[in-house]
Amino acid sequence: MPRFEYAPAPESRSVVDIRSSYGLFIGGEFVESSGDASFKTISPATEEVLADITEATADDVDRAVRSARQAYRGVWGRMSGADRGKYLFRIARIMQERAREFAVLETLDNGKPIKESRDVDIPLAAAHFFYHAGWADKLEYAGLAPAGGRPPRPIGVVGQVIPWNFPLLMLSWKIAPALACGNTVVLKPAETTPLTALLFAEVCQQADLPPGVVNIVTGAGDTGRALVEHPGVDKIAFTGSTEVGKAIARTIAGTRVRATLELGGKAANIVFDDAPVDQAVEGIVNGIFFNQGHVCCAGSRLLVQEPVHDEVIRKLKRRLTTIRVGDPLDKNTDLGAINSAAQLDRIRELSGIAEAEGAVRWSPPCELPSRGFWFPPTVFTGVAQTHRIAQEEVFGPVLSVLTFRTPQEAVAKANNTPYGLSAGVWTDKGSRILWMADQLRAGVVWANTFNKFDPTSPFGGFKESGYGREGGRHGLEGYVTTGDDQ
Amino acid sequence: MSPTATRKAAAPAPRLDVRKTYKLYIGGAFPRSESGRSYVVSDTKGRFLANASQASRKDARDAVVAARAAFPGWAGATAYNRGQVLYRVAEVMEGRFDQFVDEVSAAEGLTAARARATVAAAIDRWVWYAGWTDKLAQVLGGLNPVAGPYFDISAPEPTGVVAALAPQSSSLLGLVSVVAPIVVSGNTCVVVTSGARPLPAVTLSEALATSDVPGGVINLLTGQAAEIAPWLASHRDVNAIDLTGAAGADGVVWGDLEVAAADNVKRVLRPGGNGATAVEPDWTITPDLRRVRAFLETKTVWHPKGR
Repeated sequence: MPRFEYAPAPESRSVVDIRSSYGLFIGGEFVESSGDASFKTISPATEEVLADITEATADDVDRAVRSARQAYRGVWGRMSGADRGKYLFRIARIMQERAREFAVLETLDNGKPIKESRDVDIPLAAAHFFYHAGWADKLEYAGLAPAGGRPPRPIGVVGQVIPWNFPLLMLSWKIAPALACGNTVVLKPAETTPLTALLFAEVCQQADLPPGVVNIVTGAGDTGRALVEHPGVDKIAFTGSTEVGKAIARTIAGTRVRATLELGGKAANIVFDDAPVDQAVEGIVNGIFFNQGHVCCAGSRLLVQEPVHDEVIRKLKRRLTTIRVGDPLDKNTDLGAINSAAQLDRIRELSGIAEAEGAVRWSPPCELPSRGFWFPPTVFTGVAQTHRIAQEEVFGPVLSVLTFRTPQEAVAKANNTPYGLSAGVWTDKGSRILWMADQLRAGVVWANTFNKFDPTSPFGGFKESGYGREGGRHGLEGYVTTGDDQ
Repeated sequence: MSPTATRKAAAPAPRLDVRKTYKLYIGGAFPRSESGRSYVVSDTKGRFLANASQASRKDARDAVVAARAAFPGWAGATAYNRGQVLYRVAEVMEGRFDQFVDEVSAAEGLTAARARATVAAAIDRWVWYAGWTDKLAQVLGGLNPVAGPYFDISAPEPTGVVAALAPQSSSLLGLVSVVAPIVVSGNTCVVVTSGARPLPAVTLSEALATSDVPGGVINLLTGQAAEIAPWLASHRDVNAIDLTGAAGADGVVWGDLEVAAADNVKRVLRPGGNGATAVEPDWTITPDLRRVRAFLETKTVWHPKGR
């Protein structure tokens, strides 16, 4: 049968208008830094420089925190829940109106396929604001305060630090619940993906959100540290690496500053011999190659029951030959660019170690662009529990395959990691799904599906994957104070 | 020899009481400290009460092993079963009411009436928490109405092995108020008792041992928090730590323990108070779910719907 090639189907860039340089968003307007440091944000697909971004100094962070404090003490703190909610509804609507612009900008800055930014990141981000808008005047119904006690109250100024894998979506996971509960925020986007956060600042302006309620400071680790260490911050919300999460926990130890941490993962995706194999293969592909595997809850460890190992691997490899790697703006692209040179180095390093430790490496034939940061979809078979590729988070399009014989063995292997963010189970047997779900020490269990997210559904990890939940009624808990809490 | 002396000699001698050896409670057994150490426990007026075992780092590690081993069974027990077991603790304590009153009175320098009220409150606290076991999932969990054809449900689960510093001042009511909310949801625990007032905790362990609480679910170490707590705070197989008993504990800086706890992202329940100070709560206040929530994880399970 002839194989028909896809014609290029690039999404137009004309919808976005990227400025040559961006200031910091403090007190409702873009301002200049007290220092003169800046950095470039580039398109990881082409290494093209997109814009010059301000590197916020400790003084800038201080100014942002003061601005947030002023808004908290003033207009935002006095505002009714109903009006806070209406601002969030406005923001949700503007994000929907400008969804295409956000999607193209996200894809340019992050390298993820346009079909993902367009169909997942941006709609979910808007949905998070829409969902939390409704909570703003209903917090006493959320079951957070003790019976008969005072209704939940905001915590104050929240410092938020987010990663580069889902820039706008992580922003919305952080800002929407914080604002709904009556807090004000200072948010630092990741240094490689600041553009959609800066566009979000414009959304805040269009919504006439009172100045100081949302402040956005761009920068790298030093800026984030300045925010986390700032004495005027009442709560830290962080999504990122377990290493940085631990450092944050140490920084605020012995104080009354609170934290929610959403950290790394090494999810097992467990396929039993009675699973519908074709569906499971789709789930495996989605689990590890969605967003180039730059997903904390990625199904990076495939555990296959021995009788179906060969069949699953054969079908998986065949499926992977159809994966389209390339221009993220092309609407047919499945796998985009790796977000940064540093991340690409990390993926290469761990993959090299996996080979050295004896795992068998396989990638489908695919042509990678000559510019930018690229890594082919990669499968390691013959992986042992002790291999570093089975223990450490790769955060890339790299799947490790292990096998098991009994459900007990699958559970033991799945739980044999310091992480506990997510897990997947594929089987046709309902009772086994529920038993497995009970046994797995993970915050999210996807059964016969994978990588599903929703604003109503709490997300977050066990063990070293962090604490606190984002989304749903449970996500509000991290943004309110109740009862006799100080 | 005077007639009086003769009469005295003829009367039956007062019975020499059999004193208790106060030991640790680890994995359902009552060992002495492996270190061979004990320390003098006195009442509030400085009179000798007993020699208590002085738990060591290794005792703490043994206790963590016991707590970890007990975790799957306790977490996997039905909520109804856990509720009955915790209610049984109240039953057994009730039977030793006077013994607890004597010990709490001696430990805390309370009048008999205040000691009785304190013991009563401690027993009633078990009853309150016992009734929560099979309600937590309904109150704290629920169905999530996701925008798609999926069944999506969230429910609380125990976080695992919890280390706890029991209150220094309230030797029984405070202890129960810290331990019950940890184990009610299926966690197991290693508890460092009040340093200066450890004896009611040892008697509590005897009540636990005879009330169907599986061995290892609650492990009680008498000794000094300053010595033992750092090992628990940095222990990689402990999932969470309750620092309530840092208040008034000599040589304990709770911030340092929280730093150590970050090594494996432990959940930390900070002591009461403001800033760096630590204040022991008023244990007579009716509790809420705050302490229970501190040691829970929310697990969310998705499944597609389809014909």
